[in-house]
Amino acid sequence: MNFTLLSPSGFWDPVLWLIFLILFGIIGYIIYSRGNPGYKPKTEQVKPYLSGNAEPSKEKIMVRAGDIYWGFIEAMKEYYEVLKRMHTGDLRDYILWYLGIGAVILFILVGGV
Amino acid sequence: MMEHLPALMIAVPLFGAFTTPLLKKRYSLASMWAIIITAATLGLSLLLVQEVLSKGIIVYVFGAKNPSLVLPSGYRVPVRIIFEIDAIGAFMALSATLMSFIGALYSYSHVRMESGLEKYYALLLLLEVGILGMVLTGDLFNLFVFLEIAGIAGSALVGFRNYRGEASEAGIKYLIVSAVASLMVLFSIGLLYGQYGNLNIAYLSTQIHFDTVDMIALGLLFVSFAMKCGSVPMHYWVPDAYTEVPAGINPTLLVATYASLYALFRVSFSLFGAITWNMARVGWIMSILGVLTMFIGVTMALVQKDVKRLMSYHAISQTGYMLLGVGVGLTVLNDPAKLSAFGRTAMAGGIFHIINHIIYKSLLLMTAGALFYVTGTRNLNEMGGLARRMPYTTIAFIVGAAAISGIPPFNGFASKFLIYETSYQLNPLLAVIAMVTSVLTLASFVKVFASAFLGPPLEKYNEVREVPKPMVAAMIILAVLCILFGLFPNVVLKNLIYPAVDALLKLAQYQSWGGLA
Amino acid sequence: MNGDIIAINFPFIVVALLLALGFYTIGFKRNLIKVVIGVEILEGAVNLFLIALGYVKGGYAPIYTLAPKKAVGNMVLPTPQALTLTSIVIGVAVSALMLAFAVNIYRHYGTLDVTKIRRLRG
Repeated sequence: MNFTLLSPSGFWDPVLWLIFLILFGIIGYIIYSRGNPGYKPKTEQVKPYLSGNAEPSKEKIMVRAGDIYWGFIEAMKEYYEVLKRMHTGDLRDYILWYLGIGAVILFILVGGV
Repeated sequence: MMEHLPALMIAVPLFGAFTTPLLKKRYSLASMWAIIITAATLGLSLLLVQEVLSKGIIVYVFGAKNPSLVLPSGYRVPVRIIFEIDAIGAFMALSATLMSFIGALYSYSHVRMESGLEKYYALLLLLEVGILGMVLTGDLFNLFVFLEIAGIAGSALVGFRNYRGEASEAGIKYLIVSAVASLMVLFSIGLLYGQYGNLNIAYLSTQIHFDTVDMIALGLLFVSFAMKCGSVPMHYWVPDAYTEVPAGINPTLLVATYASLYALFRVSFSLFGAITWNMARVGWIMSILGVLTMFIGVTMALVQKDVKRLMSYHAISQTGYMLLGVGVGLTVLNDPAKLSAFGRTAMAGGIFHIINHIIYKSLLLMTAGALFYVTGTRNLNEMGGLARRMPYTTIAFIVGAAAISGIPPFNGFASKFLIYETSYQLNPLLAVIAMVTSVLTLASFVKVFASAFLGPPLEKYNEVREVPKPMVAAMIILAVLCILFGLFPNVVLKNLIYPAVDALLKLAQYQSWGGLA
Repeated sequence: MNGDIIAINFPFIVVALLLALGFYTIGFKRNLIKVVIGVEILEGAVNLFLIALGYVKGGYAPIYTLAPKKAVGNMVLPTPQALTLTSIVIGVAVSALMLAFAVNIYRHYGTLDVTKIRRLRG
């Protein structure tokens, strides 16, 4: 069986990929095994140290979905305003979009741009 | 039995759909029955695929021995109801039956607490019938009938949780959108019937020529199926409907969407083949719609907070890849050199992406359903730290997310790889947008993973356990398929995808059935 | 002669008017029931279109029992009529489901105003 997927200018071979996966897995394990041996789980060592303050509850410090990519969304604010306004949720707009796009496509096909 | 396979494909699930309501009293019996029926249909579709691949196009006539039977008056056109199954139809039928089976299996636990389940399973099977009819038929009016069956069953399922107002809202939106689209399909079928006095796709495609009425019919069919498959900017019903439908129906509803995509391809390549083979315009419309669809879909997905809504925006975005891949192929149809250089590969990428996307998006929507099952909310802001509680769901999610982002060795990679390379050769800009889309896809799934699965375990989810076994089984089957299709794309491409592509490309073969003069 | 052209095309003019009316009703009326009626009008337009296509001047309905002598060999192919019947049946199912959804929406939202039935957006 030949598993190589050829495309016009490249290829994909799962066997080769698996060999590389194993290779890099070994390299990764070597780096990992040379890590700091002073680490001991289940001791004081693993607790967060916040300059002596009490640790806030988990619910409070959780990173919520809405906070992720805040910067990206803030930068693209205008774009999103337009897109969100377009999705009005109004049933009639769904049909009007259909009519509009239908008119454009018919114009291109019949009118011959 | 083999010669009646096409009829059985419809008859078995239809029989199941009408017998399931009899099991009203016993819920688990009804769901077992649905699982058995869908498994049987899956077996039949495997047989069908094998038949089509080994023997070529199957033409099945209802109520007659062969399709060339003519009227007593000597009017020599096909007038009967005819199923014409080529490789792409069989391919779609296989996807539909596989996903119905997975959906039924998943539903066994997922909707156990709801009422009216015998109707749920009856509608699930009816939806399957609608999809199978659409992809197997060789007759335009049949296409309309099955399109409506799929639309009605689908929207009834979207509104299944009738104690939620939002479900009814999504249901009526989906229903009105699909009713308007199918009425316009019927209108253009009427136009074609008025022109050529026939409804058979193969016969019509030999007759069609370039004139205004035909182009209006093409435009109406094109835009209606584009709306039904959720192309931007007519995609608004998709997130509404996918979000509200129970997660066990999501796989089948997804295939129902792609059955419309199949109809779009069938219309462009076979029915109007005589025109589109000489007109790059149609292909450009499809490619541009594809690019718009993938980009707007993914950017909207990035800001969603509802996990299923986020994933449904991704479903829109991934539809764009298929439109792009096949659109690139359609654009270069009139140029044999380009077609053999990259057009055929582009189409293979687009069609391969259909089944890949159906697999991994169903997987992802099912993990979203599992999250909803245990937490009772779909809001990502309220989730967190679920990875330790639900290891199988987490693994399934990771596989699905990696596949949709096109990370090797999962299946999304193989088809996206083909689409990037080929669309680059048509126009580099197309490929750049496709890659940016893929990056943003990964970004938004990192968001879901980080907010739902990672983080410290929350107090309120201390009692959460892994979802029941049927749900886990359904997810694991799909995850394994994701990995298999990704590791050995060549096997799938050679045995399923390229025959399907060639079925679309070889118009003369589609037209030449049955020995009609 | 001029009158003839109008008379022949009269059903198609009505179809065009009904299509326009149907899309107007769906696109611009605020009441959900009216939107449903708009879909029904569209359906009427398409059904009328199919029936008008099937009309052949001087043709007979293809009913063989008690058919007159003249009708032999002069019957129309009943495909458009069959299509219309099927389409009407489907239309009934669609409208029943639409109205059922409308009732349920009224129960949960307390209104049938389309501009207020939009919790799903963005």
